[in-house]
Amino acid sequence: MDIDTFRSETRAWLEVNCPAEMRTPMGEDDICWGGRKFVFRSPAQKQWLEAMAAKGWTVPAWPKSYGGGGLSGDEQKILAEEMQRINARPPLQSFGIWMLGPALLQFGSEEQKRHYLPLIARGEIRWCQGYSEPGAGSDLAGLQTKGVDRGDHFEVTGQKIWTSYADKADWIFCLVRTEPEEKKHTGISFLLFDMESAGVSTKPIKLISGASPFCETFFDGVKVPKDQIVGARGQGWTIAKYLLTHEREMIGAADSALFAKSDLAADALAAIGLDDTGRLDDPMLRAEMGQFLVDELCFDAHLDMTGAYMRAGHELGARSAELKYLGTELNKRRQSLRVAAGGSDDLVWEGAANDAGQAAKDWLRSKANTIEGGTSEVMLSILSKAVLKLPG
Amino acid sequence: MELLSEDQQLIADSAAGFLRDGHGIAAFRALREVGDDANSAILADLAEMGWMGIVIPEALGGVGLGYRAAGLIAEELGRNLTVSPFVSSAILAGTALASAGGDLAQNWAPKIATGDAVVALAMDEAAKHRPERIATAVTGAPGALKLNGRKTYVVDGGVADRLIVTAKRGDDLCLVMCDPLAVGVTRAPQVMLDHCNTAAVIFEDVEIAGADILAQGAAADQILAKTLAAGRAIAAAEQLGVAKAAAEQTYDYLRTRKQFGVLIGQFQALQHRAADLYCELAQVSSLIAAALNALDEDSAEVETLTRAAKAKMARVGRQATEEGVQMHGGIGMTDEMDLGLLMKRDRALTEFLGDAGYHTEWILRQRGI
Repeated sequence: MDIDTFRSETRAWLEVNCPAEMRTPMGEDDICWGGRKFVFRSPAQKQWLEAMAAKGWTVPAWPKSYGGGGLSGDEQKILAEEMQRINARPPLQSFGIWMLGPALLQFGSEEQKRHYLPLIARGEIRWCQGYSEPGAGSDLAGLQTKGVDRGDHFEVTGQKIWTSYADKADWIFCLVRTEPEEKKHTGISFLLFDMESAGVSTKPIKLISGASPFCETFFDGVKVPKDQIVGARGQGWTIAKYLLTHEREMIGAADSALFAKSDLAADALAAIGLDDTGRLDDPMLRAEMGQFLVDELCFDAHLDMTGAYMRAGHELGARSAELKYLGTELNKRRQSLRVAAGGSDDLVWEGAANDAGQAAKDWLRSKANTIEGGTSEVMLSILSKAVLKLPG
Repeated sequence: MELLSEDQQLIADSAAGFLRDGHGIAAFRALREVGDDANSAILADLAEMGWMGIVIPEALGGVGLGYRAAGLIAEELGRNLTVSPFVSSAILAGTALASAGGDLAQNWAPKIATGDAVVALAMDEAAKHRPERIATAVTGAPGALKLNGRKTYVVDGGVADRLIVTAKRGDDLCLVMCDPLAVGVTRAPQVMLDHCNTAAVIFEDVEIAGADILAQGAAADQILAKTLAAGRAIAAAEQLGVAKAAAEQTYDYLRTRKQFGVLIGQFQALQHRAADLYCELAQVSSLIAAALNALDEDSAEVETLTRAAKAKMARVGRQATEEGVQMHGGIGMTDEMDLGLLMKRDRALTEFLGDAGYHTEWILRQRGI
């Protein structure tokens, strides 16, 4: 199909199929995560998901045979532009789409792809990520959760931490040490299992923001059938690293699900006002905000260029660390400036006046940005070795 | 991570090859040695390759390949510290003339493209770039027009065959094409820290014909805005080349220099600073590319993106050259190393066409604060 036809047909289809309620700005509570436990906020949200999933457009780049849209790079760009044109909300967001899916496409067996990918595309299974452990944070490969070979299955015992939304997820993709005789990086396998399996339990962790997006997750002799391993035994670290590059792209892209992009300048203007030269009546904050605005334009341009580069079929690889580092450091500045502009109004923690302290809660939440998915320092170490080839 | 068209990739490759072979930093040192700050000898080659007419349309004798392609050339000029009138004549004057059209454009744009003439833009009147503050004036009745005023930091002004001078005529902006050899024009050559040609120019009762006026009023405002936007994006691209050269020399040094019995690139304190610099260079490359694309597409974002690119590049350029000298240690302070030369060129490019503060202020105003 020629590209102009694709655009006009896409526009017409969206016009008919995207409900009006799905064309309004969304808050964190409006995100559709999918999964067995998900409760739709409205009939429109469900209808929108089903319409998009039927087209394969929840995952437009994936092959059609796995529930995707099979769109070319140019077609993906047009779909995104046409959705943006009518402010259409993303129909589905999930770790399955961002992280597990790309890893399965790369490393999964044909049978696994045909089984798991359509479930992700249709939003039927919500995934969580079993990576970090109490003793394995930045040093992730030091993980100790063990999977003992019991013939037809692995028996998994151990503890994970910082498992995002483990209490809401249906299945987990999990790094487990199955080859205790092997070296640190070659003894790990990548397992998939149901969170309702006997022996799995979760406990939410309350954060400084008051929210509990992360859990501790415990495994006590969980039976995982052997066909639920992705890749070969001991290949888990390779898969984990590949998946992490996708996680870092996701975290680095500031317009991801986690933060609403506020209009800093308008907020500051409303809270502080102008002096008699027509400038924000807080010269130091204004100067800092000016530098931020330039950096934001810069990062947005970089995301655009990177997106085009990836749509042309290139993998980012280690350079995902660059996006992760830049995007998260920038978001921390954004949130700090936002509360600085809000002043004491943004110290109010409860009540309707300031959306229950959302600015302060986002500010606190953003502190995790430069830690989760690999700290800024780990990103810089990766770049210095993998890209700049500095000595180890 | 940049996606280039086939034409653009060819330009980038040929620019890199041509400038590396015979026009690199060694050539810059040789010019400095003999006090040649204009490098007029390179002009014929640049014209032959089509670079001097890169943004001039074919109808005016150029090749019309656009600003993104021009940016790729500028980046290589920066990387090699090549002295040339590319930014002043091909980009600033080329853009002004191509935007204005008319007899002056018909006459001068082809000469710029063939390298038969160098045309420079005379706009600054004080130490900081404030092109909107103009005291230079055109006065008198038609037929007896006079130009009076003084301009500073006229890049390539010392060797230009014509100057495009910003002046006021009443309340209107007026762009005047002026022969620097005309009676009443005084050019004071200056030796600059980066050994590139500039001049301070004084105009005293210089006689101007009506035909010398390139544009006036709203048309002049538009032409100047487009010209400055183009110049800023291209200057930023040149500065990017300077910064990348400094960064690459520094990464090399970290890979080879030993202290305390180990390669200094093994020290995490240095690794992280080098990687941060790498990230900043990567993202500013994208911003500059976006600004140049906006110029080619004549999009509504031209003003914002070109100013943001110039502002951001000023900060990243400073980071690259300062980190370069610091990580090299004492040797980085010597004239024998190229870092100091890169630092000086970076400094000049920051001031040229407005620094980070100037352009950031514009963006803040635009956002209403």
